Amino acid sequence: MSIWLTIVACGLITFAIRLSFIAVEGKLTIPRWFRALLPFVPVATLTALIVPDLLMPQGALWLSWSNPRLVAGVAAIGIAAATRSVLWTLIGGFAILALSSGINS
Amino acid sequence: MSNPPLQEFWAGVKALLPMLIGVMPFGAIYGVLALTTGLHPAAALAMSIILFAGSAQFLFCQLLGAGAPTPVIVAEIGLLNLRHALYSATLAPHTTHLPKRWKWALAYLLTDEAFAAISRHPIDDDTHPHRHWFYLGAGLALWSGWQLSTAAGVLLGARLPTDWPLDFALPLTFIAIVVPLIRTRALLAAALVAGGMALLTASLPFKLGLLLAALTGMAAGWRVAGMAR
Repeated sequence: MSIWLTIVACGLITFAIRLSFIAVEGKLTIPRWFRALLPFVPVATLTALIVPDLLMPQGALWLSWSNPRLVAGVAAIGIAAATRSVLWTLIGGFAILALSSGINS
Repeated sequence: MSNPPLQEFWAGVKALLPMLIGVMPFGAIYGVLALTTGLHPAAALAMSIILFAGSAQFLFCQLLGAGAPTPVIVAEIGLLNLRHALYSATLAPHTTHLPKRWKWALAYLLTDEAFAAISRHPIDDDTHPHRHWFYLGAGLALWSGWQLSTAAGVLLGARLPTDWPLDFALPLTFIAIVVPLIRTRALLAAALVAGGMALLTASLPFKLGLLLAALTGMAAGWRVAGMAR
């Protein structure tokens, strides 16, 4: 039972965040400092998710070119910067992951 | 010069399709992970509908597996999804003319991937009175892909090949979303500090380091932007 409550609570809070500005636009003034902070939220949150995936694939820091996820991740950053394409980033990232896993195994 | 709604809708679907290549493997992995965490299949599927947020659903399972209490789970999911406030703020000026049911539907469908697809498409409401159909198309395309793939994960479960590094699809998708966003030194500072802090705090219980890293990254970006002003 409590698991369903937790799921619903998480869903409500997420929906409230997604609706927030869409619902109040034109009706409420949003503090300037909050608006100034907003652009940094996705970059900071998503990077905090990405970096441990690349550098700690097994839970401990693995700062080495023999770490296939680090190599593929760095390459993917380059591909994303050059192409701005999700498709090419995925194809290139997985291809290099496969290559560098093969070399190191 | 106004496109009929259906044309906009399909343009939205098309803009989202490349994202599905990254999202659907991750959805299947979520389905498998949810079951191994001990979630009932019905709860695993319901979460995809109720929460509809890939990284948050993953975090939910990890926290549940670690025995985190409900308030911790809800608070962490809330903070992790705080970034959607930016998407909401960006979309808001283009939705003021819409009725409430449209606003609620678009808010429900607002995700990293849908927002990335939308923001790469020039937003110009004066020439596109049907632009909300584009948002709906992108949102529904992702929604369908997510529901299908999580259902596949739940149904196939252990029969999915575990030696394929499918979980790498999420960091790759996020890299493709984040890298084009980093256009100023302040945004770069936010990314570097968040990434560094995520490594330093990785050993904290209940993934609290993730939140600490995100918060310090935001503060760093805000600070650097303030110095430039």
